[in-house]
Amino acid sequence: MDPVVRFRSAVSLLGRFPALAGVDLDVARGEAVLVQGPNGAGKTTLLRACAGLVGIASGEVEVLGCDLRRHRRAVRRRVGLLGHAGFLYDDLTVLDNLRFSARAAGRADGDARGALARLGLDGRLADVVVAKLSAGQRRRVAIAAVVARRPELWLLDEPHAGLDSAGRDLLDSLVREAVLAGGTVLIASHEVERAGALASRTVTMAGGRIHPAAVREAAVVA
Amino acid sequence: MWRDALLVAAKDLRVEARSRVATNQVAPFAALVLVLFAFALDPDRGVLGRAAAGLFWLAVLFSALLAVQRSFALEAHDDARDGLRLSGLDPAGIFLGKAGAVAAQLAVLELLLTGGIAVLYGSDLRGAVILAVTAVAATVGLAAAGTVYGVIAAGLRVRETLLPLLILPVVAPVLLAATKAWDAGLSGASGEGWPWVRLLAVFATVYVGFGVLAFGALLEET
Repeated sequence: MDPVVRFRSAVSLLGRFPALAGVDLDVARGEAVLVQGPNGAGKTTLLRACAGLVGIASGEVEVLGCDLRRHRRAVRRRVGLLGHAGFLYDDLTVLDNLRFSARAAGRADGDARGALARLGLDGRLADVVVAKLSAGQRRRVAIAAVVARRPELWLLDEPHAGLDSAGRDLLDSLVREAVLAGGTVLIASHEVERAGALASRTVTMAGGRIHPAAVREAAVVA
Repeated sequence: MWRDALLVAAKDLRVEARSRVATNQVAPFAALVLVLFAFALDPDRGVLGRAAAGLFWLAVLFSALLAVQRSFALEAHDDARDGLRLSGLDPAGIFLGKAGAVAAQLAVLELLLTGGIAVLYGSDLRGAVILAVTAVAATVGLAAAGTVYGVIAAGLRVRETLLPLLILPVVAPVLLAATKAWDAGLSGASGEGWPWVRLLAVFATVYVGFGVLAFGALLEET
């Protein structure tokens, strides 16, 4: 089977600094892969490269079977990125934000409402403007915006950050459901134990490269 | 493209409706400009009447700067600009949507300011057809050019001060042509104004075309 994510000698430059310094990585459909490593290792850049948010100076990157250089827009419609920021509009309500996210990916309003309910944001919170939410609630809305897109590839950058215990458990359930439904998940996290429990494989990055050591296989528990 | 344009325009207008920046800040600013011109030039209605077209379009131009700045300020918070790139929306649709939302706000503002020059400057709104057609062509041109330069400036740290420097020289032909066409309309010599309306139409066509073609690259690279 063709990999969902395929990096070959991929180099990405931030100015003159190689944030990715020749990355080789294959991620198969239905896999959940944890990317770990110290700050500045290139984890976030790797995830952003999968979404076409950073340029590739040399090498090859294919995502969902498409060359990112030529089919960036098509890939982006099928990807959901939970980054450090939430990509939310403060002056829109929670539901309006989710509707925009769902419609942009070609999904229906029902997907937005479904995500709202799944993240426990339905009821009173749906019509609250995002600016009035707490940091933890904003994080839930950002997760819901990814869920509403029903992505084939989930890119989760420090996904547990800012969530309370119930939110963390909910996020873990969502990742497991996504994998069981045939989705592919790439998680960058410092919380190796928690995120590692979700992953079927762990890769370690340092200095913009993926190190072959420390690969761990695990079963994803439903 | 049109579906995406409607989605983005609806989003931007919904944000404005909720934040009320346009109604509570931009519109009062434009009205204030008209009043200050009246103070500065002379309370003598003869002078103000003769200068009404130019003062009207200067007020619109300054307000357009605020509207464009606001349009991209929405995307600056919470990395919403990256969210827009990630959304998978057609860049041409994003351009048309953002320009359309700016144009819609300017159109409402122009209606209010038209009442303002009638009351404050004693202008006689005789050539209603040429006034309306000029307003449409100038508004489309201002919104399109503003959105093109707005996305360039939005990617830079000095965007607030750079945007006027980029836009004002470029839209000088709009100010000139719209003033001449409105002068002709207000003085009852509409026939003299139509060549200027054609210039406005060419300007609008060039910038809409350029924006549709180039906005994607500008959004990604700036």
